[in-house]
Amino acid sequence: MNLILFTFIVLLGFTSYYFGRRKAYTIQSSKKRLTALPQFYGYYLAIWCAIPAFIIFSLWAIFEPTIVKLLVLSDYSNQGYLDDELNLIYEKTKSLSRGQFTGEITPFIEASAEKYLSLRSIAQSSKAVIVLSIIIASVAYAYKRISSNSRTREPVEKFLNAVLFTASLAAILTTVGIVFSLIFQTIDFFKVIPLFDFVFGTHWYPAKAFVRDSSEALDPTMYSDTFGAVPIFAGTFFIALIAMCVAIPIGLMSGIYLAEYASSKVRKYAKPLIEILAGIPTVVYGFFAALTVGPFLKELGTSMGLEVSAESALAAGGVMGIMIIPFISSLSDDVITSVPQSLRDGSYAMGATKSETIKRVIFPAALPGIVGSILLGVSRAIGETMIVVMASGLAANLTFNPLESTSTITAQIVVILIGDQAFGDPKTQAAFALGMSLFLVTLCLNIVALRVVKKYREKYE
Amino acid sequence: MIKIKAKDVDVFYGKKQALYNISLDIEENQVTALIGPSGCGKSTFLRCLNRMNDVIDICNVKGEILINDFNINDKSCDVVRLREKIGMVFQKPNPFPKTLYENVSYGPTIHGMAQSKQEMDEIVETSLKKAALWEEVKDRLHEPGTGLSGGQQQRLCIARAISVRPEVILMDEPCSALDPIATAQIEELIDELKKEHTIIIVTHSMAQAARVSQNTGFFHLGHLIEHGPTDKIFKNPDNTKTQDYITGRFG
Repeated sequence: MNLILFTFIVLLGFTSYYFGRRKAYTIQSSKKRLTALPQFYGYYLAIWCAIPAFIIFSLWAIFEPTIVKLLVLSDYSNQGYLDDELNLIYEKTKSLSRGQFTGEITPFIEASAEKYLSLRSIAQSSKAVIVLSIIIASVAYAYKRISSNSRTREPVEKFLNAVLFTASLAAILTTVGIVFSLIFQTIDFFKVIPLFDFVFGTHWYPAKAFVRDSSEALDPTMYSDTFGAVPIFAGTFFIALIAMCVAIPIGLMSGIYLAEYASSKVRKYAKPLIEILAGIPTVVYGFFAALTVGPFLKELGTSMGLEVSAESALAAGGVMGIMIIPFISSLSDDVITSVPQSLRDGSYAMGATKSETIKRVIFPAALPGIVGSILLGVSRAIGETMIVVMASGLAANLTFNPLESTSTITAQIVVILIGDQAFGDPKTQAAFALGMSLFLVTLCLNIVALRVVKKYREKYE
Repeated sequence: MIKIKAKDVDVFYGKKQALYNISLDIEENQVTALIGPSGCGKSTFLRCLNRMNDVIDICNVKGEILINDFNINDKSCDVVRLREKIGMVFQKPNPFPKTLYENVSYGPTIHGMAQSKQEMDEIVETSLKKAALWEEVKDRLHEPGTGLSGGQQQRLCIARAISVRPEVILMDEPCSALDPIATAQIEELIDELKKEHTIIIVTHSMAQAARVSQNTGFFHLGHLIEHGPTDKIFKNPDNTKTQDYITGRFG
C-alpha cells in the first residue's frame, strides 16, 4: 500500500516537473523573457510536490501509531488495568492481527484485534487521500503562480542547499551519537571500576567478571585485578610499533623509488601491484600471519635455540606492517610527485645529485604529506583487529618480548563481545571503555599530526 | 675571448627535432642574449649548456658543446662538476622551501666549499651582496625564502646560483614574472655580474636584450638565423626575418 502510494507520488513529481517546464516553454514562445532556464520551473513544481509529501509522511509516521493505540485501548480504559498490562494487551492485539499470536485467544483480544485492523486500514486510505489531495493542491497553486518573472531559480537552489546541509548534518549527528553512547557507557563502567585501576592496573582478565545474577554485579571488590588495561595498551602500542618498523622504511623507500627513480613503464605496473596489497581483506592477512608466518617464526626461533610462541607479537606486527606498506608507499609517492618540478630543476642546476636533491629538497618539501601518510598508517595499525585476533592470541600478557604472544585493545573488544553478554554488565561496558580509549588515542594522534604538519610545513609556491 | 663554442648542435624530443645545426660562440665576461618567438628552441639551447636536458627522458642532444675547450657532451664529463661551473636562473623564481640562509648555502654545502660555519657565513653574505639583496634581508636570514616578494625571490635565486662562483650563468627569461621595478634591479645586477661571470640570457623582451646584452642570437623554428653584436643585430641585421622580428612584424 505504502509502496504504491510512494510510486504514485514519484510519478506525480515527474509529471509536475514536465508541466512546469512546459509552462515555461509556453511563456518563452510568447516572446517573454524567463528569469531562469525552463528546467528550473520544472524543478520548482517537483519541489512543491516533494515537500508536502515528505511532511505529511513524517507526521503520519509519528502520530499514527500513538493515535491507533489510544483508540484501541480506549475500550479498556475504565477497567483498572495498569500501564504495563495495557501495553501487554496491545502487543497481544498486534501480534494476533498479524496472525502470529500463539497463546490463548480471549474474545476481548480478538475484538480489539479486529478494531486495530479496521483502524489501520482507515488510517492508510485516509493517508493516501490526504497526501494526494494536498500534493495536487500545492502543485496546482505553484503552477498558477509560475509566470515569466516569478522566481524559481532561487528557491530551487535554496532547496538543494538544504538537502546538502541535511546530508552533512546526518553524518555529523551520527558521529555525535556514537561518541555520546561511548561516553555514557564508559561513565557507567567507571562507576563500578575505579578509573585508576583501569588505567594503571596490570591484570586484564575480563572472563573473571562473569556474573550469574545482578546482585553480584555491583560489588566492586569482585573486580579488583580484573580490568587493568596496562597490558593491552602496552600490547597495542607494541604491535603497532613492530608494524611501523616494517611499514615505514619499506613503504617510504618504495614510494621514493616509484616517484623519483622508476621509469614511467615500471611505475605504470608497479604502483597498481603495490596497491593490490591494500585491497586484500585483513582476514586473509590474518590467516597468512597465523598459519604461515607464525609457525615459520617458531621453527626459525627453535632452530636458533630461542623460545618462540606460535602466536607471537612479531608475526602479527610484521604482517600488519606488510598490510600498511601500500598506504605509506602510495601516499608518499603521490606527495613526492606533487613537489613542483621547478624545485628539482633548481637543485639539479646547482649540481646536486639525485639523492642529494631528494634528501635536501624534495623530502623536506614533501614532509607534511609523508608525516600524514605515516600517521594514517599508525592509526590503521592501532585500529587493526583481525590480524591480532588470529595471529597474536587473546591472552593479555604484559610483555615487550616480540616472541611472546600479546593482545591489543581491538582484539580484547572482540573477546569481550563474542558470545553471550548482558547489557549493563561491567564486562560488556569494559568494551565501551576500551573503545573510548581507542577513540581518544586516535583523536590525539590526529591532533598532534595536524600540529606537527602545520609547524614544520615548508611551503612551496 | 671565446668561452663557449657550440658546434652543429641538434636536439630531439623523441622523434621531433627541436634544434637544427646550431653553431654559436659565446664571449667570456659578456652578456649574450637569445631572442626569438615562443617555441623557437632558445630555452632548449640554453638547457643544453648545463645538460639540464638530461632530466627529460625523451630528450636527445647531438653535436659538440665546448666549454673551456672541453666537450660537455662527452661521456667523460661529470655533470655535477659541470653544473657547479655553469649556474642557472629560471623563468619563475624557484627558491627552495627553506630559509634564506639555507637557500644560498645549498650549493656550497653539496660541493663542500666551506670548511667552517664562518666560511659559510662569508659565502652567504658575499653572494647576497653580489645579488644586491643583502641590505634587504640581512636581519631575516633564517626566515623562509618563499616569504619574499617575486623580485626578491629571483635575486635570491641569483644569489644561490653565484654562491658556488660559477664561470657562466644561464638565465631563462629571469624577468618574465616580475614587475618593471624588479626587472630594472635584475638588469642592473646582470650588468654588474658580467664582470666576473659570462652570462647568457633568454628573453622575450627586445628592449631588455638591447639594454643588457653585448651579443645577440636570433632563433626561429629551431634554427639560429643570425647572431652577432647586439648593436648590429638591432640596427642593421643581415637577415630580413631578424629585421621583421625586431621591428615587431611577426612573433
